[in-house]
Amino acid sequence: MSEPLLVVKKLNARLGAAQLLFDVSFEARAGEVLVLVGRNGAGKSTTLKAVMGLASISRKGLSGEITFAGQSIIGREAHEIARLGLGYVPEERRIFTDLTVAENLEVGRMPSRTNVSDAPRWSVERVCELFPKLAEMLDRPGGHMSGGEQQMLTIARTLMGNPRAILLDEPSEGLAPIVVERIAESIKALKREGLCVILSEQNMQFASAVADRAALIERGTMTASGTFAEISASMVSVG
Amino acid sequence: MTALLVQTLNGLAAASSLFLVAVGLSLIFGVTRIVNFAHGSFYMLGVYIAYSVATYFGNAFGFWGGVLAAGVAVALLGVIVEVAILRRIYAAPELLQLIATFALVLIIKDAALYIWGPEDLLGPRAPGFTGAVEIFGRPFPTYDLLLIVLGVAMLFALTTFIKRTRFGLLLRAATEDREMTDALGVNQKLLFTAVFALGCFLAGFGGALQLPREPATLNMDLNIIADVFVVVVIGGLGSLYGAFVAAVIISLVKAYCIGLGNVAMFGVEFEFSKLTLVAEFIVMALVLVFKPNGLFGRPFSHPRASEVIETPIGKPSNVQYATLLVGLMLAASLPLVFDEYTSVLATDVLIFALFAASLGLIIGTAGLGSFGHAAYFGLGAYGAALAAKAGFGFAPSLVCGVALSLTASIVFGWFCVRLSGTYMAMLTLAFAQIVWSIVFQWDAVTGGSNGIVGVWPPELFSDRDNFYWLALALCGAGVLFCWWIVYTPLGYALRASRDSQVKAHAIGLSVMRLQWAAFALAGALGGVAGAIYAFSKGSISPDVSAIPRSVDALVMVLLGGINTLLGPVVGAAVFTWLQDTLARSTEYWRAVLGAIILLLVMVFPKGIVGSIQSLTASMKKRSAA
Amino acid sequence: MTPALDILGLKKSFGGVAAVKGIDFNVNAGEAVALIGPNGAGKTTCFNLINGQLKPDAGSVSLFGENITSRSPEALFRAGVARTFQITATFATMTVRENVQLALMSHNGSATKVFCFATSQHAARADVLLNDVGLQSQSSRPCAELAYGDLKRLELAVALANDPRLLLMDEPTAGMSPQERDGLMQLALTVCRERKLALLFTEHDMDVVFKFADRIIVMNRGRLIAQGRPDEVRANEEVRKVYLGSTHV
Repeated sequence: MSEPLLVVKKLNARLGAAQLLFDVSFEARAGEVLVLVGRNGAGKSTTLKAVMGLASISRKGLSGEITFAGQSIIGREAHEIARLGLGYVPEERRIFTDLTVAENLEVGRMPSRTNVSDAPRWSVERVCELFPKLAEMLDRPGGHMSGGEQQMLTIARTLMGNPRAILLDEPSEGLAPIVVERIAESIKALKREGLCVILSEQNMQFASAVADRAALIERGTMTASGTFAEISASMVSVG
Repeated sequence: MTALLVQTLNGLAAASSLFLVAVGLSLIFGVTRIVNFAHGSFYMLGVYIAYSVATYFGNAFGFWGGVLAAGVAVALLGVIVEVAILRRIYAAPELLQLIATFALVLIIKDAALYIWGPEDLLGPRAPGFTGAVEIFGRPFPTYDLLLIVLGVAMLFALTTFIKRTRFGLLLRAATEDREMTDALGVNQKLLFTAVFALGCFLAGFGGALQLPREPATLNMDLNIIADVFVVVVIGGLGSLYGAFVAAVIISLVKAYCIGLGNVAMFGVEFEFSKLTLVAEFIVMALVLVFKPNGLFGRPFSHPRASEVIETPIGKPSNVQYATLLVGLMLAASLPLVFDEYTSVLATDVLIFALFAASLGLIIGTAGLGSFGHAAYFGLGAYGAALAAKAGFGFAPSLVCGVALSLTASIVFGWFCVRLSGTYMAMLTLAFAQIVWSIVFQWDAVTGGSNGIVGVWPPELFSDRDNFYWLALALCGAGVLFCWWIVYTPLGYALRASRDSQVKAHAIGLSVMRLQWAAFALAGALGGVAGAIYAFSKGSISPDVSAIPRSVDALVMVLLGGINTLLGPVVGAAVFTWLQDTLARSTEYWRAVLGAIILLLVMVFPKGIVGSIQSLTASMKKRSAA
Repeated sequence: MTPALDILGLKKSFGGVAAVKGIDFNVNAGEAVALIGPNGAGKTTCFNLINGQLKPDAGSVSLFGENITSRSPEALFRAGVARTFQITATFATMTVRENVQLALMSHNGSATKVFCFATSQHAARADVLLNDVGLQSQSSRPCAELAYGDLKRLELAVALANDPRLLLMDEPTAGMSPQERDGLMQLALTVCRERKLALLFTEHDMDVVFKFADRIIVMNRGRLIAQGRPDEVRANEEVRKVYLGSTHV
């Protein structure tokens, strides 16, 4: 088996007096889809934000180990981490609504990044192949798109940075079942390209369609991990 | 008709600099969400630096080089300020950011005083543009024409820059969502510094261009910042076109007012040339009634004023009642123990404690930003002083003062509660500035810059100790009321409106009316403080309603912390003592005060009392664990 | 019988783009109705036209025959309309009980008093409501500490403080685990039946919709494309094509 690309060991996160994460550990490899499952508020989003070094989580409150492609990234700033090849697709999409689709994609491009030899290369043309709908609306402002279109754009925007791994936070939330199916297809396509995908998800149907492995997060700590089938079976028995 | 045209050209010429300064402030706010109070100070530095360079070389190279050098030098200073100070407070509550940038105003003002001295400095005229051309038979300075052209050229240059370059794209992206831009690999620190430098360059450059039109003076900073706030509010925060259109509107309105001169209407003589700020206000009020986010603006997401979630309040504890009782007894016995000078100082502390507590009511409980609380303090003082001069007795005069502040806070509050966040805060500042300008310019009634003298309390209270007890009774009651209200249904309803406006609406609370009530209440209580102040000093000047006085109150609230009984008292005491001590020991006390404020903002963001409270809370937790 | 909620010809456009193009439907007292549809179908707009966040361009909203079109959220609260939010909205600096107490104060017109303690108002009634939603043991905790599912239940208790005749729930189960979803919806349904109040909710979880709705209304592109009992809607060809896809056949 190949070396893991992203390794999280005993990650703890605090915000003021509150501890949000307790000893969360997992790893993910290239060409693999790992799903973090668990109910809302359990710490899935927090885990992804902490790995990404987002300011809203407070980097000072993090302890433990996070290694990406052999480099320690804990406590580093989000843009540094992004430049190492870790992409982040947020919950609620966070499209730049004033910017056109093409401009949104341009923000995601990282012109000065060089060491991405083993990462898939993306261009506007290629992301439009993945999401043909975007090609029809390159000049449309992000604010005038439907939820499903925004979800495609937010993934495409992150791909423009040529990541080796992406963190996807609740990609199916608030989308019609038919759009969810389409997003699942594109995640499988990304996996075939050799991308490492870590996603947080509550929609078990969606998760089962894309996941290789899963980790269950409850009350800020990881309670189980294994193949997706094992985890979903354990969840049913708990519930 | 030709007079009108000439005034139009005059106005357009003045608009150019105003546009440059306003657009700088607007861009900086868009990306960093900091309202840079010191932006007017950067403008002022631009004028001074251009003056120095131009007079040193004394030729065309000196002048035009000086204009450019001013922009670059101010941009460099901006980089230093951003890296050394602002970077540390981006995550701080808005109030602290504002206070920190105001501390910069104080420091830069004293630095300019030290370098260039207190005299007004008249710069050279622009080489090559010293003459005038005939327009409709009237001479019009060619330099003003140049300014008009430059203003439009800068608008196009900036628009292209922001639309076409990658830097401009990132600037727009970060204006919308800076954390997301960060996660996409854009270095936020660099971007913020670059935007701040750009904004500062525009301020310095805009200032330098004004050199041939007006002398460099030490009060340019606050004069222009009020105009800039008005422009930015009218145009819409973060909007380039908005800044341009609003700068033109405001400058034209001012030019026409000056052009009108004295006009008799309805049998009353109006001095329009002195009513420029009032005219600006009317324009702004009209715009905001129809467009609450300015002409070209859109609502901004505003991070909550305080990031630390307060713990539930419940009822006052027995410890609090006991503290209250002991505190009152100590305060009442103060004159029996100490000398008269202490009573005078303690009276000041009480007055400012009420001033701070009333501000704390709107900032803390209602969660509304106010940068212009001095308006109500000043109106209370002037109302009382004018009534006393008109022959009213002591108590009726106090009532007059309070009634005047209450009226003003009801009128101003009506506008303010229709806006949100930063817009509202800027509007409060603009209102305060209007009060100040009326008081300052309406010689016939307010005595202008000389103020009003000889406002004395009756015989009984001319004794300093007796006056202290009176102040203790009145201000003490006011402070207690501000503290008490937090525990009442009204206090809860106000906090609810602050915590979640949509939810407050959904449970049937009329958020706007509640906030309006809080505004009126706080204004009236600020007026009580002002009215007592007038009688305690015996004389007042326009300073009572000036921007620095508003900031004093904010600093006191900051020092004491919000929503604590002792907070405003401690804040007022520390601040009064600090100012008193500094003013007696150095000419440059403003700079020292500014430095101390900066230090406090960075070390004690929760205020003195707040910091002690959270310290004891964490100690309790540790001993429990 | 007059329906509890009667919607007639409701229309709304934004900057020339029609979001809701004339909608008619009603909800009866004691009935639970789900409003579903793909993103951009106009259901959020439609919902906001009913709850007072938006004003319609045309059409009317009636509550037991009384015209309540274009009323503000405050006025709707007084008329007996309560709502919960997709993303829970609560007063974070207050305790659980205080949240309910404030709603009770507002309902009884005592939310602007200044000569009494807020925590002494309607405490007993607040405890009854919290008991109803199963939060009695957490009533003194700060709201900021509550788990997400409990916040949802608190929202329901706050909504009931108003003795509402119509309850609007926007995505009530978003962000909850499957077990919690059923618990909350069961609670809402019980209230709906016992108090004879009309319940209208939007929802993305089709399991919840098919299990708890008496009737389902489907929107697409600003129009109502189908309505009926769950089995009827499930079998509807057009609904399957535009919304349900292959997974819910």
